Amino acid sequence: MNLSVNIAGVTMKNPVTTGSGTFGSGQEYNEFVDLSKLGAVTTKGVANVPWPGNPTTRVAEVYGGMLNAIGLQNPGIDVFIERDIPFLKEAGASIIVNVCGKSEKDYVEVVERLSDQPVDLLEINVSCPNVKEGGIAFGQDPKALYEITKAVKAKAAQPIMMKLSPNVTDITEMAKAAVEGGSDALSLINTLTGMKIDIEKRDFVLANKTGGMSGPAIKPVAVRMVYQAANAVDVPIIGMGGIATAQDALEFLMAGATAVSVGTANFMNPTATMDVIHGIEDYMRRHKIEDINELIGCVK
Amino acid sequence: MSKKQVMAEILSQTSLADGIYDMTVKAEEIAVQAKAGQFISVYINDKSKILPRPISICGINKEEGTLRIVYRVAGEGTAQLSSCEAGEKIKILGPLGNGFTQKKEKAVLIGGGIGIPPMLELAKQLSCEKTIVLGYRDSRLFLKDEFESYGTVVVSTEDGSAGTKGNVIDAIKEQGVEGSIIYACGPTPMLRGIKAYAEEHEMEAQISMEERMACGIGACLACVCQSKDIDSHSHVHNKRVCKDGPVFDAREVEL
Repeated sequence: MNLSVNIAGVTMKNPVTTGSGTFGSGQEYNEFVDLSKLGAVTTKGVANVPWPGNPTTRVAEVYGGMLNAIGLQNPGIDVFIERDIPFLKEAGASIIVNVCGKSEKDYVEVVERLSDQPVDLLEINVSCPNVKEGGIAFGQDPKALYEITKAVKAKAAQPIMMKLSPNVTDITEMAKAAVEGGSDALSLINTLTGMKIDIEKRDFVLANKTGGMSGPAIKPVAVRMVYQAANAVDVPIIGMGGIATAQDALEFLMAGATAVSVGTANFMNPTATMDVIHGIEDYMRRHKIEDINELIGCVK
Repeated sequence: MSKKQVMAEILSQTSLADGIYDMTVKAEEIAVQAKAGQFISVYINDKSKILPRPISICGINKEEGTLRIVYRVAGEGTAQLSSCEAGEKIKILGPLGNGFTQKKEKAVLIGGGIGIPPMLELAKQLSCEKTIVLGYRDSRLFLKDEFESYGTVVVSTEDGSAGTKGNVIDAIKEQGVEGSIIYACGPTPMLRGIKAYAEEHEMEAQISMEERMACGIGACLACVCQSKDIDSHSHVHNKRVCKDGPVFDAREVEL
């Protein structure tokens, strides 16, 4: 039975990675999950310098999901290279690094710093709704997305994968812009911008007022967008948004994703990633499927 | 030591006061490792509520493999938890966080409101001389009787219906409480007062903090507090309440 998939020349031993920001750099989940058994670990966004993130309250639960406005707190690329990459290599994990920035220069700086590092794939975060500069600003305008993709691709040693925002009118337009700019793969969806109000305090629950919604409740939106993007462009897609079970993951694969990320579900169950992998294996056995690639995009 | 996710059987659940519940669960693997001041993540048996509720450990019985939690109903999730009955199972993850560092000096234990329960296990374990200061809203003095088996208990109430009228600092001053080290858990304004009091009296204070959490294990960076110095993990002025805490030396955090 073959579970391995190929994303822009990178072989993943199975199609399951982690949603950026939900898994740190793997250290905290290491006691629940053998990181070498995952398709890859996708790390929390890293910038050229440390970012303090947003004030608290940073998270709120909503029906079937949650809002977060962490604000991409990260220790910066120096610490990441010194501490996190060696840890992940030692653990035997394939590595997808999520890169964030406030300007084109920031993104390029991080990508250049990673050029001699044992990293498999770069996920470029142009879709975080919780930071004022950069982030989503690059991900909601096709022209800006094309430009940043081109600039990053020119300097990247590893294949790049632009991470798309669902907070757009037409996801296919954004997918095409990223691919035209040279993106080797795409990942989607990032979180949906949301808001929660505390009616007793008559105030916003999150200090940032708005936050990104994730969790099982957003899955149908994500499956739809992955399907649309997969039919609009010819690069592999890592699909994500509300995946908590193998059944969820299989929906994304059938919609056209080559691999999937398990994100918020890690908070619901720290072994969610492994449970999804085992569930996919069970499904393949039950349906006598020899190769996971047979399922990718099988729903037309 | 390692964290465990288990389906724990509820052995008992009672109401201690309006909205305050007392639950004991069977969770051997967690109980044998647990320390005073640590907490567990409690998952609600309702798929629409995806995040665990972080609840401090009030009692640890290693021989029987049980944990006791005393919690306040704060929303729908904890309301659902409060309706669970003995025999039902709940998913829990723990033990989480660092717990108190127990020292030998004459101790002042301070609990305010729903910060009182975690001080009970500490009071039980600390063998040194100690005074226990408990701050309540009113005369519903939950757990007070149990604390009395472990030391002298001093009470404050917001409405003045028992002990000193006011907060825990008012009680410490009015009732002449003395000690060399403070261990405390309670709402942020109380902890702020204790931090100032400890600095003024040049005392060590270990304070247990609270913040909205998601993962509970240090990965998501939701529950940060501000640190005085640049933190060695985050490389910014943020510490993770769930992993680096919930107990901090008051001098290392900004409140």
